[in-house]
Amino acid sequence: MLRSFCHSRFNATLALIGGSGVQSSLDPAGREAERIAALFWWMTGGTVVIWLSMVALAFYAIHARPEAHTEKRARLFIIGGGALVPTVVLGGLLTYGLSMLPDLIAKAPDGSLRIAVTGEQWWWRVRYVLPEGGEVVTANEIRLPVGEPVQFDLDSPDVIHSFWIPTIGGKMDMIPGRQTRLVLHPTRTGTFRGVCAEYCGASHTYMAFYAVVMEKADFKRWLEEQRQPAAEPVDPLTKQGREHFLANGCSACHTVRGIGADGLVGPDLTHLGSRLSLGAGFLPNDLETLTRWIARTNEVKPGVHMPHFRMLPADELHALAAYLASLK
Amino acid sequence: MSEPSHHPTHESRQSLWRLIVSPTIWAAHFLLSYITAAIWCEKVAGRDGPLTGARVAIAIYTVVALVGIAINGWGGWRRHSYGAGEVPHDADTPEDRHRFLGFATLLLAALSAIAVLFAALVVIFFNDCR
Repeated sequence: MLRSFCHSRFNATLALIGGSGVQSSLDPAGREAERIAALFWWMTGGTVVIWLSMVALAFYAIHARPEAHTEKRARLFIIGGGALVPTVVLGGLLTYGLSMLPDLIAKAPDGSLRIAVTGEQWWWRVRYVLPEGGEVVTANEIRLPVGEPVQFDLDSPDVIHSFWIPTIGGKMDMIPGRQTRLVLHPTRTGTFRGVCAEYCGASHTYMAFYAVVMEKADFKRWLEEQRQPAAEPVDPLTKQGREHFLANGCSACHTVRGIGADGLVGPDLTHLGSRLSLGAGFLPNDLETLTRWIARTNEVKPGVHMPHFRMLPADELHALAAYLASLK
Repeated sequence: MSEPSHHPTHESRQSLWRLIVSPTIWAAHFLLSYITAAIWCEKVAGRDGPLTGARVAIAIYTVVALVGIAINGWGGWRRHSYGAGEVPHDADTPEDRHRFLGFATLLLAALSAIAVLFAALVVIFFNDCR
């Protein structure tokens, strides 16, 4: 119990020193992030010890023993401080770091949740691979069950991206032409932020996402909801919006399951209204922002492949945005 | 009076090539280890397959590299210890140039040996191609 108390006090102290937040490696919410944070603090501690030793040596040389040393003693300082100690310190750090790697890149146990994430300029295609077969497709948001290992299969069709949720674990590159793998074990519930950690073009900064860690039962319920086709519009405005969605060719690029929209170029919008953000983790998901996104896409996110629709009359834009927002 | 040409400290017998033998062994060890592991994982074991064969090969490369570096380092030590000179061997004499080259060879051999060991350390921790 004392050990557990000390451990929790230690973690609280680390969080206080290292800062906390939805995107902090030093406030871990995953087993891998805890190990990376531990490595960081050991490195920091080692650096402080080395710095203090250097200051002590400088003090010794300038104040304590300013006179010339014998050649033997000088050689001892040079060989010891300049060669032996750095070799031992580097060897120790290298061994410690390498000993962590096998666990960090281990495959998830059979039967674990698998999520295929594709990084595209500048958004995330997310597919939950179901154990019973089939998959649930979504975009720009990832939900995870707490306390379970999750395997991410990562790839990219265009340029190199890098998948990173700092609070939960380490990063992994997404490389065109090959699949990379990352296993994460979220340890507490909460909403965290993930980013693309490899410069990938004009809107690289705007390629982010939210990662929501949920209780297992909540996650199961959420996944079942995401599996369902799009909600039927219930009022005239959203019904009209659905017609505009189909008439303006949005379905050539976007999928909305259940209405015959099966485009695969852009993000799946079947449950767009239930997501925490728009435009891949950097805009609030509300009606006003959604309208602006559709009308002035390229101004909001430079270089984005989706064309703008500012030629649409205001009432059509409003109905279209209302329909998409209703897709909970 | 200058030394006869067959004497170990004679200028014509000094060579800079021995200096780079150990770093060259280090580079060759690194490259061979890298290529062996890459070919093994791509063509033999597969992406998640065991690294066993490549580990054995890298262990052999490491022993051979360390023996080569040790021999070169020993040669450096002998030249460094020639006669009664003391470091830093900076006198303008053939003997001190001889000792200096030996000492530099010895230091580079030590550095190369550590680098070879650091590179080989990786296969101690990794059992498979992940």
